[in-house]
Amino acid sequence: MHLNETEKRMLAGKNGKACELAMNILSDLGDLYGAERMIAVSQVHIDMTLYMVDAGVEFAERMADWGGEFAVPTQLNPASIDLIRHEKMRVPKDLLENSRRLESAFLKMGAVPTWTCAPYQQGLIPSFGEQVAWGESNAVAFVNSVIGARTERYADLTDVCAAITGIVPELGLHLAENRKAEILLVIEDFPVQAFNDSRIYSLLGFIFGEIAGDRVAAIEGIPKQVTEDNLKSFSAAAASSGAVGLFHVIGVTPEAPDIETCFRNGKPKDTVVITPEMIVSAESRLIQGTCSAPDLITLGCPHYSVEEFKILEEYLDSRKIKSGIEFWVFTSRKTYEAIKKNNLRGQIERSGVKIFTDGCALQYPKKSWDFTCAMSDSVKYANYCFSQTGLDVIFSGTRDCVETAISGELRIHPIWK
Amino acid sequence: MEIAATCILPGTNRGQLLSTRQPISFWGCVDPVTGNISDRRHELFGESISEKVLVFPFGKGSSTGSLMILELLRLNLAPAAIINIRTEPLLATGPVVGKHFYGKTFPIVNVEESDFKLLKTGIHAEIVSQKKGSYVRI
Repeated sequence: MHLNETEKRMLAGKNGKACELAMNILSDLGDLYGAERMIAVSQVHIDMTLYMVDAGVEFAERMADWGGEFAVPTQLNPASIDLIRHEKMRVPKDLLENSRRLESAFLKMGAVPTWTCAPYQQGLIPSFGEQVAWGESNAVAFVNSVIGARTERYADLTDVCAAITGIVPELGLHLAENRKAEILLVIEDFPVQAFNDSRIYSLLGFIFGEIAGDRVAAIEGIPKQVTEDNLKSFSAAAASSGAVGLFHVIGVTPEAPDIETCFRNGKPKDTVVITPEMIVSAESRLIQGTCSAPDLITLGCPHYSVEEFKILEEYLDSRKIKSGIEFWVFTSRKTYEAIKKNNLRGQIERSGVKIFTDGCALQYPKKSWDFTCAMSDSVKYANYCFSQTGLDVIFSGTRDCVETAISGELRIHPIWK
Repeated sequence: MEIAATCILPGTNRGQLLSTRQPISFWGCVDPVTGNISDRRHELFGESISEKVLVFPFGKGSSTGSLMILELLRLNLAPAAIINIRTEPLLATGPVVGKHFYGKTFPIVNVEESDFKLLKTGIHAEIVSQKKGSYVRI
């Protein structure tokens, strides 16, 4: 790979030890995958913010101690826990300590403490065509597909290296030629009213990811009135069932005004029809275990937006959550402040809902709670729940989650008649 | 016999093969504290990958997998080598960072799909991964 003078100086350690290490890692990866050169990125979203293992803490702390400073604006994915309401979350001391160590290291290097997995709905949102380096699968899929900025799917550790150097190897989805669609998914025989149920977008995303895998695919048949939050659910679901970094929704997303454009006038290598039966099958696979009465309802995977809180408040309609059921919503600090307006937050909390910021729905302190079965309006959550938390899990819509929480009995209404 | 391979990460090592046709994600599939396959749905559930030559077709693309591999290297629980049909950048990140950060890494090679079948669990193998003339000897 060709390195310019500045990059060679970084590699030789002239900009400090942290930069030297970061540059060595990036140039090895660039060489490995045949990049011709490095390119500058305008901003970074770091995925490596959850406490998982000690190697992550050691890496972040060492980089900070070695004088690492983020060269470009850098935002953070969630921590493992709510860094403010950790007592309410019953966070054990060691998990709090490790989360604080990561927090200190990232803030010392200059990160903006956004702590959110929906960085495309607030903060420093990139524009169409902008080269960025983002981690977090749902955020990568959204920023590439819905916004049209350009990022590879960055691994933990590489994200920190990109933030310190401000550059990445020119590979994969950074390059226009790798962004064209290869396969086409066509939605057929769906009743029009199916698209009024927000669950449909999560389930379509789930099927999309299973079929696309790591290929760029396009989907035809999603109505133009699809909302930003619908596309967010689609992204999160698709990136959890497949290695989806970029998808095209014909007539909706910016690189796919029509089929010809997103296939660059070529033919799809493969066309797959999505039928209503596939939705029914996906729905049944997102119920794991034999649970009939969930004791935990978790929303906010990815972090809830202001609009989603408004819908939740409408469904709650000032009613109370049944005792014995925990109802949690995860969001960002910024959204938490925004929903103070018009007493939206007060209304929701009076129903007995606990709102957490900073944290991740999948990483709550399991040993502090004795849940057996979770329910969520997120396909991503339902897909990872068993392997991450050991709980049985049920996916359905926000309205069903609310009705279940209020009645104490599982309520799932059919997706269409 | 000697099987021709392509170098993804250079190095030489030897060990017993642990082979599966199912993809592996190092996040959610491998316990970084024990080095055992921890996903109940995986056919290698309960097996230790430590010091084995781990054979699987390709990764399952989790961006946290790189961190899990770094932890396995830190705790000396990493595999001796990995053999894939194709290796995505996310998988190679862990051993690349391990090399620079802990001075610990392992080689990765790719083999043809037809040769992949020959790599059965329990066989002893030697991996030589280098710019030209990489091979797996079994």
